[in-house]
Amino acid sequence: MSATWSDQKKVGHVGETTLLEVAGVAMAYGESAEPVLRDVDFSLTKGERCMLLGPSGCGKSTLLRAVGGFHAPAAGHISLGGVEVVRPGPDRAFVFQEFDQLLPWKRVLANVAYPLTINGHRKADASERARSYLSMMGLDAATEKFPHQLSGGMKQRVAIARAMALEPKVLLMDEPFGALDAQTRSRLQEQFREVTSALGTTVIFVTHSIHEAAFLGDTVIVLGGKPARVIGRVPIERVDGRNENQQQVEARLQELLTDAHEDGGSTP
Amino acid sequence: MTQATISRRGGGHTRPRRSGARKGFWAALPTPARLGILTVVAIAAWQLYVSLSGVDALLFVGPVDVAEHLVAGLADGTLTQATLTTLRILGLSFVIGAFVAVALTMWAMWTQFGSDVLTLLGATLSPIPGLAILPLAMLWFGISTTSLVVVLLNAIVWPIAYNLRTGIETISPTIRAVSRNIGLRGVREAVAVLLPGSLPYILAGLRSAWAFGWRTIVGAELIFGASGQGGGIGYYLNQQRFFLEVANLFAGLVLIAVVGVLLEWLFAVVERVTVRRWGMQASA
Repeated sequence: MSATWSDQKKVGHVGETTLLEVAGVAMAYGESAEPVLRDVDFSLTKGERCMLLGPSGCGKSTLLRAVGGFHAPAAGHISLGGVEVVRPGPDRAFVFQEFDQLLPWKRVLANVAYPLTINGHRKADASERARSYLSMMGLDAATEKFPHQLSGGMKQRVAIARAMALEPKVLLMDEPFGALDAQTRSRLQEQFREVTSALGTTVIFVTHSIHEAAFLGDTVIVLGGKPARVIGRVPIERVDGRNENQQQVEARLQELLTDAHEDGGSTP
Repeated sequence: MTQATISRRGGGHTRPRRSGARKGFWAALPTPARLGILTVVAIAAWQLYVSLSGVDALLFVGPVDVAEHLVAGLADGTLTQATLTTLRILGLSFVIGAFVAVALTMWAMWTQFGSDVLTLLGATLSPIPGLAILPLAMLWFGISTTSLVVVLLNAIVWPIAYNLRTGIETISPTIRAVSRNIGLRGVREAVAVLLPGSLPYILAGLRSAWAFGWRTIVGAELIFGASGQGGGIGYYLNQQRFFLEVANLFAGLVLIAVVGVLLEWLFAVVERVTVRRWGMQASA
């Protein structure tokens, strides 16, 4: 079983060069606390959708926030395009799980266009670009609405459009579909896969859903144990953007997580 | 035996229910109708009392007299001028006070030292009634607009600063993270995210600052008399006392109440087109 997967090489990204490097990273809540996560190494190439999969509380969101520049790692380094990450920035646009990530006093269009004007785009240009990304997320009809008039799923789509419009080097997604109902979630997963495939967006996507990881990822990095570390890296072959082996990948991920859970307690 | 009494009493709730039905009729009327009826009834009772009780007209006048004097005062400009003078000084203090409050609070948000200064100053100065500072302000700045402004600032700065601080602290951590993520920092972040994000609290602060300020300035003018070309509404009231013009006194009080109601209404309008519209505050 595992041979099937470990033999596969990632396909579709020719001329791979490392874009993001996470080396020997440990994360801890507070300075003296035990690390929740340690010795994490992985790297990302341009155009790769990398899923960080792990059980709740394993520190995957904390790790993503470190990539986002919100927390400094307790040990190790994170670098993007060869430059060490030290603070938050629009080259690592973030989409959060919470629905309140839009500015309530700005209309949908302005929510997407405003970050662009901050980052050097002229007003007309920002507005045009915002429209095209909103359109890509199927939000043409919502541009003049205020965030509180939108459903949770629409808010998340606006947040994704806002982050993607910034054309970040890497898009950071922190369980953005985690609080949605099942139907909306699967619709958004499909839309997100299509849009990011079409644009070749580089993504790190945190999730605790095995299905989501197998459905969206080019690579799944599985975190587990206590403290958590990388316990597996599963590349996924895609044909026309689709994962033809969804079931097998899910089974493999499940196996990795179960193993980690079983020796989790004994690992020092 | 006792139990039977209690249960009989418990079962005999017909009377409260009937009065509940009557209350239901009143409550079913639209708000303007209810308030309008109450106003008419109160004015009628007032007029009846004046007409029937034979109260000394030097001490107490009826609504018709008051209305006549109010209209006359507004027409010949004495009341209008006095009210505008008061509002002008209050408005000036409001603008200065809001700037001071915002600057202080931002300093408090950015540095621990600033935060401690705000806490200490607010805790010690805000309990002092504005009028208590007036004698000192008069010694320092004389009988001048400056004295009034100084007194008003103490009434205005603290409610705005406290509310703004609470408002900023209650902005969702997600919004704060987003603002850093899209590259906002410092003054730009303050203007683009922190101020609008705390607007419900800012409005609450402005409202209570206005309420404190309006009471304080009318009180200060009573003590103080005129400054500059003309006195304010408080000064006007004091003058009418000298001349035993009871109807004018009443008219002045009515005007003070009306201005108060109008400004409250203005705040309600501002809330409706901002924080309510943005879904940042449930309708009251």
